[in-house]
Amino acid sequence: MNWFYFASPPTFYRLAGWLAPWFFVVAAVLGAAGVYIGLVEAPTDAQQGEVYRVIFIHVPAAWMSMFLYFVMACYGGVSLTFNTRLAAMMARAIAPTGAMFTFVALWTGSFWGRPTWGTYWVWDARLTSELVLLFLYFGFMALASAFEDPRRGDRASALLALIGLVNLPIIYFSVLWWNTLHQGSSVSFKGTSMHVAMLTGMLLMAFSFWMYSIGTALVRVRAVILERERRSHWVRALAART
Amino acid sequence: MSGLVRTADGRLSEVAQGSFGGGFAWAFSRDFKLAWRHPGETMLVIAFFALVASLFPLGVGAEPQLLVRIGPGVIWVCALLAAFLSLPGMFASDYADGSLEQMVLSPHPMAGWTLGKIAAHWTASGLPLTALSPLLALQYGLETDTLAVLAAALALGTPILSLLGAACTALALGARGGGMLLALLALPLFVPVLIFGAGAAEAQASGLSPSPHLSLLGAGLIVAAIALPPAVCAAIRIALD
Repeated sequence: MNWFYFASPPTFYRLAGWLAPWFFVVAAVLGAAGVYIGLVEAPTDAQQGEVYRVIFIHVPAAWMSMFLYFVMACYGGVSLTFNTRLAAMMARAIAPTGAMFTFVALWTGSFWGRPTWGTYWVWDARLTSELVLLFLYFGFMALASAFEDPRRGDRASALLALIGLVNLPIIYFSVLWWNTLHQGSSVSFKGTSMHVAMLTGMLLMAFSFWMYSIGTALVRVRAVILERERRSHWVRALAART
Repeated sequence: MSGLVRTADGRLSEVAQGSFGGGFAWAFSRDFKLAWRHPGETMLVIAFFALVASLFPLGVGAEPQLLVRIGPGVIWVCALLAAFLSLPGMFASDYADGSLEQMVLSPHPMAGWTLGKIAAHWTASGLPLTALSPLLALQYGLETDTLAVLAAALALGTPILSLLGAACTALALGARGGGMLLALLALPLFVPVLIFGAGAAEAQASGLSPSPHLSLLGAGLIVAAIALPPAVCAAIRIALD
């Protein structure tokens, strides 16, 4: 199988159009199951009461915010190394979803912080580094669209994404390195300190967010492809047909 | 700076050969000379630093305890903004008049002369700020040992700011949105330096050892000095493509 077959924008445009709805369907199914388990099945937390249920959005969103930045930087690295157009378009397509999840993580976090810590915001290491991540996403999007030549924007923003990658370990380990208000992680690869229903709900939501991210990235990359290739024959033929 | 190489048809031919040190020395002396002959820009950075640092006591109130408390942080934020404002000068004029392209074509390896330019930038902006910081710290009523730690932290931290800023300003060469875009790119990356830099002086002021913060800043400087010059070179190549 030739892996570069799908690296051609017209082929990938069709593939993405075919795949995206399936990812949204899977995201909806997993999300519905996750919401059901999270709101109905999962027991009330002994210390925090019902408030803890924010976790089913907050933690998956925070995971996705870091994971999507990593994926975006990988696409950036691929686009710089192999000089492929599609990888850079994927990096552009992922950035807004990543920024959205970063914002959701901060937003739900502040609503969780109000009843449990008594404040919407503290200048805690993890909150600050997550805020920096949001600005890194904004910087990536601003730099990508700051040039007349879109390829120039692709390359510059890919390099910026790679430089910004140093922030990820800082966010991830911030709760271990600085002993501040944000609690440590409850889930690790070795095991968990959570009730099974809570963990299942959280993982279902995380997978749902993941599938949703892929779906939106595919839809957005289709728009980017059309915009970039607007002068090519296949896009003109497509536009003439519709 | 020249050597013999065999050309395709077998003759010996003399070509210029570059070296890392040669490129560094050349770029450093050139940019330093430029900064020396136009002292206005460095003076502006210093004036900005002193001015903004003296605005804070007027804004938040001049109670001595409060000033001692916020002094290190304020001085760090001012140093960060001053370093940021001097960034566009590093590559922009050379990019505009084409000298940057000639430097890329020179036989010296890119990392050498970019590092030389960054070092010259630091000598003209970070070093005067570091030298001036004890004076401002005295205005804020900081203790002598806190003052020394603050200067040490600035001496370690401002080169990191110059290195990170060089990468950002090279990425933003020729971009729309100029200064604001550069702020969005550079300031988030400056945050860890600010945290550890201000943390060192705060730790000293509250009776703890500042050495963990200073060690982390030193480690950060080493990593930045090794990892960022290639990134700056890549960004310049992208800009000149």
